[in-house]
Amino acid sequence: MQPLRKALDDIAPHFHKGGRFQRLYPLYEAMDTFLYRPNSVTKSTAHVRDGIDLKRIMITVWLCTFPAMFYGMYNVGFQANLIMADMGITAVQGWRGEFIELFAGYNPNSVWDSFWHGAAYFLPIYAVTFIVGGLWEVWFAIRRGHEVNEGFFVTSVLFALICPPDVPLWQVALGISFGIVIGKEVFGGTGKNFLNPALTGRAFLFFAYPADWSGDAAWTAVDGYSAATALGVASQEGMVALQNQLTWFDAFFGNMHGSIGEVSTFAIFIGGAVLLATGIAAWRIVAGVMIGMVVTSLLFNLIGSDTNPMFAMPWYWHMVVGGFAFGMIFMATDPVSAAMTNVGKLWFGALIGFMVVLIRVVNPAFPEGMMLAILFANLFAPLIDHFVVQANIKRRLARV
Amino acid sequence: MEHYLSLFIRSIFIENLALAFFLGMCTFLAVSKKVNAAFGLGVAVIVVQAITVPVNNFLYTYVLADGALAWAGLPDVNLSFLGLLTYIGVIAAMVQILEMVLDKYIPVLYNALGVFLPLITVNCAILGGSLFMVERHYNFAESVVFGAGSGVGWALAITALAGIREKLKYSDVPEGLQGLGITFIIVGLMSLGFMSFGGIDL
Repeated sequence: MQPLRKALDDIAPHFHKGGRFQRLYPLYEAMDTFLYRPNSVTKSTAHVRDGIDLKRIMITVWLCTFPAMFYGMYNVGFQANLIMADMGITAVQGWRGEFIELFAGYNPNSVWDSFWHGAAYFLPIYAVTFIVGGLWEVWFAIRRGHEVNEGFFVTSVLFALICPPDVPLWQVALGISFGIVIGKEVFGGTGKNFLNPALTGRAFLFFAYPADWSGDAAWTAVDGYSAATALGVASQEGMVALQNQLTWFDAFFGNMHGSIGEVSTFAIFIGGAVLLATGIAAWRIVAGVMIGMVVTSLLFNLIGSDTNPMFAMPWYWHMVVGGFAFGMIFMATDPVSAAMTNVGKLWFGALIGFMVVLIRVVNPAFPEGMMLAILFANLFAPLIDHFVVQANIKRRLARV
Repeated sequence: MEHYLSLFIRSIFIENLALAFFLGMCTFLAVSKKVNAAFGLGVAVIVVQAITVPVNNFLYTYVLADGALAWAGLPDVNLSFLGLLTYIGVIAAMVQILEMVLDKYIPVLYNALGVFLPLITVNCAILGGSLFMVERHYNFAESVVFGAGSGVGWALAITALAGIREKLKYSDVPEGLQGLGITFIIVGLMSLGFMSFGGIDL
């Protein structure tokens, strides 16, 4: 490793002030801190000593998405292979087909075949997200003189994981551009935005190209095949029809159609357990979302409805279908766009839980509501904090 | 009862005056720097809206509409061309009264609102509320509910915007976008968030 360190140190002067490439300093800095621990130290008296910094937090979140990511890739391929076998298609056309046949076949019983098939869909999406988003990030960093930081790892992987497998790549590029530029960089970069950038990009695409982002054809990586998501089935045909197609354990382990990363509640909870144990994801937000969701769905169960089958969906089904688990663990807990105060986090979470069930049940236009529920709660997070702080001031004043 | 409840919810969230129709933008953008002032203005808008829409409804039904003057023995008179003039007049009078009341009893709020209270007179959200009322043929009870609901929706939106802008005090916005530019972007993103209600049919 020594030569690498030396090489970096050797080129360092060119990027510092007065050097030839001083405008590209953020790029050099990003490379250096990605490979090595940043060597900056606190110069004045430190108040808090902690081994955890932004870099470590972001990398941990990134690693925690891996179970969902790997399972998601496998599932995309598995579903596609199953359907291809059913329909009698023997090979995928085009460059994806060539990529798959490089190392694997189309056997749905082979884990590797399915995994590789899914990779042929996920990896291009992730690559486009990473390259396009990264270019924006670096360009803003250079123009505005701030750092490129690891937060982008998280945004890009989260964005790629909430894409349906069969979306056009140019839309992915457009979405991540909107998310990064309008959702984050116009406010000054990481830590200064008020909406989750990945969700902002996704919502933009959702409203701009509804056919590609919410139609039934989007969820399976086979051309010309359409299958509704679990929530789509439940809202159209009711719970009984859903349970005929899918057991609860299928849904929990993720054997169903959906966006790449959201299908397996189990895989998401593995990453979520690490995030909660290390304290990176606030348990109060997760608890708030769960409580809000359970209470609201119990309420709807109680009210009941003859015409709308979604009223009857119990909370343990709400938990395993759609993007609920993924949103709860990875999106709602985004420390920047969530509420900051402890009490506020509970309310913020509860608002998400309430809104997601409300949108799923009452709004016929959108079968899924996690994305919009989180964005909606993001809008009110500063206000929730404001009222918590005011209440705190009031309580303490009374004590004086 | 259910009808009024759904009208109330719809006017707050689904047909939010600020974020779905973009009405009342001038005050919406100008007074949203501080949560407290925004909240006060929001309350003022709720009060004005809840009074003016029913009053205008009353005037429309019994004076302005085609044949409304039948009770006075003039069934062929149609004064609806005076609508805009009347609504604005009523709004201006109501705001004037509200201003005097606030000045007398809640001087803190009066001072916080400053010049923006008289500006409510020309707030398009207020006039918009009255015009929607006429266009959608609300009866008197509906117009009370609609007036209160649309006011609450507008107040909710401006308070949320003020919260976000207070939070964004620590942001680092590019020079060209500072001030109103970034506020327009925020409002756009907010209405994206409010899209979660789009399509709900109560």
